Amino acid sequence: MPEPILELKNLQTYFPVRRGLVFRRTAGIVKAVDGVSLAVRSGEVLGLVGESGCGKSTLARTILQLVPATAGSVVLEGRNLTAAGAAELRASRRTMQMVFQDPYGSLNPRLTVFATLAEPMLVHRLCTRAEVGGRVAKLMEMVGLAPRLARKYPHEFSGGQRQRIAVARALALQPRIIIADEPVSALDVSVQAQILNLLAELVRRMNLSLIFIAHDLSVVKHLSDRVAVMYLGKIVELGLAVDVIDRPRHPYTRALVSAIPTPDPDIERARLRIVLAGDPPSPLDPPAGCAFHPRCAFATAKCRAAVPPLERLADGREVACVRVEEI
Amino acid sequence: MPLLAVNGLRAYFHTRDAIYRAVDGVTFTVAKGETLGIVGESGSGKSVTCYSIMGLLPQPPGRIEGGSAIFDGIDLLRCPPNVARSLRGKRIAMIFQDPMTSLNPFLRISDQLIEPLIIHEKISKAAALRRGVEMLEAVGINDAARRIDRYPHEFSGGMCQRVMIAMALITRPELLIADEPTTALDVTVQAQILDLIRRLQRELGMAVIFITHDLGVVAGLCDRVLVMYAGRAVESAGVRAIFYQPRHPYTRALQRSIPSTQQKGAVLFTIPGLPPDLSALPAGCAFAPRCESATALCRGSDPQLAEIAPGQSSACLRVQAGEI
Repeated sequence: MPEPILELKNLQTYFPVRRGLVFRRTAGIVKAVDGVSLAVRSGEVLGLVGESGCGKSTLARTILQLVPATAGSVVLEGRNLTAAGAAELRASRRTMQMVFQDPYGSLNPRLTVFATLAEPMLVHRLCTRAEVGGRVAKLMEMVGLAPRLARKYPHEFSGGQRQRIAVARALALQPRIIIADEPVSALDVSVQAQILNLLAELVRRMNLSLIFIAHDLSVVKHLSDRVAVMYLGKIVELGLAVDVIDRPRHPYTRALVSAIPTPDPDIERARLRIVLAGDPPSPLDPPAGCAFHPRCAFATAKCRAAVPPLERLADGREVACVRVEEI
Repeated sequence: MPLLAVNGLRAYFHTRDAIYRAVDGVTFTVAKGETLGIVGESGSGKSVTCYSIMGLLPQPPGRIEGGSAIFDGIDLLRCPPNVARSLRGKRIAMIFQDPMTSLNPFLRISDQLIEPLIIHEKISKAAALRRGVEMLEAVGINDAARRIDRYPHEFSGGMCQRVMIAMALITRPELLIADEPTTALDVTVQAQILDLIRRLQRELGMAVIFITHDLGVVAGLCDRVLVMYAGRAVESAGVRAIFYQPRHPYTRALQRSIPSTQQKGAVLFTIPGLPPDLSALPAGCAFAPRCESATALCRGSDPQLAEIAPGQSSACLRVQAGEI
């Protein structure tokens, strides 16, 4: 088994919530990421799913050290980023890059494609000014954009093309791992398919690792080797994509899978849907014990008593549910 | 007789540089109690079609160039403003994609919720509030009597969408137009909202026009489907026919590009090229430049939506000729 390129150990990201204008006091703590441990291997695609507010994006930002971790560690290629100094961190940023959801908001509208792609390479001294033109052209070809478009501005491109520019920008520094936060959610289905194909091809060709965050489970299953399901800051199920999505075990994963509409009228109308009642609980005031128990059909007194640990089942997946073997 | 019959609707946007043909000759009907899905990608004219019917098209730059939308004998596109106002929010209601920005943040839920009742029915404020609380309970908001006095920011996205639905349905409309009402929501919340729309539709016997780009939602909710491309309807059929015997190359291509219909990890089918520029539509069929089956004929003559099987229409010349 290849060495993990990225390892998270009991990672926690808490945000204090302050109240009061003059007398600031801490009114509560939002545990956005609450004890996440996982490893990503070289060339692996890890899907990260969950509802809005479950901490997926905060987890991504904590990995990249865009928000500081409260506790725990992020180890990238053997280097502990949570303890690293500014210079060391800057060097590590080359290794990990991010693609954001909104291709309209994540590109600087005043920079041409050329400037957008050249800037990181010049900042990190990957090449000289003389060489940069050739490298930009190569990057653009890699993501399926004609190099002659290099002098154009983001507004002259469609949403799918902009997402290609964002992917090219992430690739500019030749990273080992890319974190893509909902990269296809804002795109139409036909364009979505193009970007998914592009990501799959790049991962294969460059042996990239990819953390792929999305709420569309069919997209996640298509692209990912393994999937982690998050609920209120914790991983509740982690395993091979086909296992987790086709045969979910945690009650929350089951509900999530059953909520995805299938583009097939006969199947869609025949199947029984688990409709979860209510919204996810407030992260400011999470329920005691298993955070999912107020919405769970299988919850017992045991579930309310203690937070269930993530435990490995016989098929290798990990599930955080005390009743998983009975239900 | 259908509840709503839209015939040859054309709505263009006039800008300084060009004319954008956002909706260019769309014809469809909605029967009483029926759910019609309108699917298509961004810019295909789904929303503009519904905005035109509701009289919400910003004019200028938009302009309704032609066609009619007959609702119960009244042409919504040409009737006097006071007649249109008496229908809108009373017999025809609409809900929008983004519930967080569609509610007025300065007004309490109660004021927004009962406004349609106050305007359209001779009802006292106290009675309207009672109906408001009942309606909030019907859409699944617990503790409605207390929550009705809250402001929108105190509600989650799913709850705001419930409030929007309550507001739209409080006057018991005969037609609900839903413009991507679940696109901004999580799948679990989407499942709740779709359940709610289905249940209320049964109880009130209303017709629904459901705009979406999610074919999965269409499969579970709609009776009939209209597929739009570049401002035109390219296919119209019952929901099973659309999924099991699609008769337009664009409908087929759309279905083939969804990951869940493909084998895991396989290269996904993609439609080559981009949707056309609506200010400079190609001659002939607008989909021809991206179509696998296009011939010289497709680029030359303008296809019209025509019935090719009972209840199924396609605007593909080659399908109409029985070639594909």
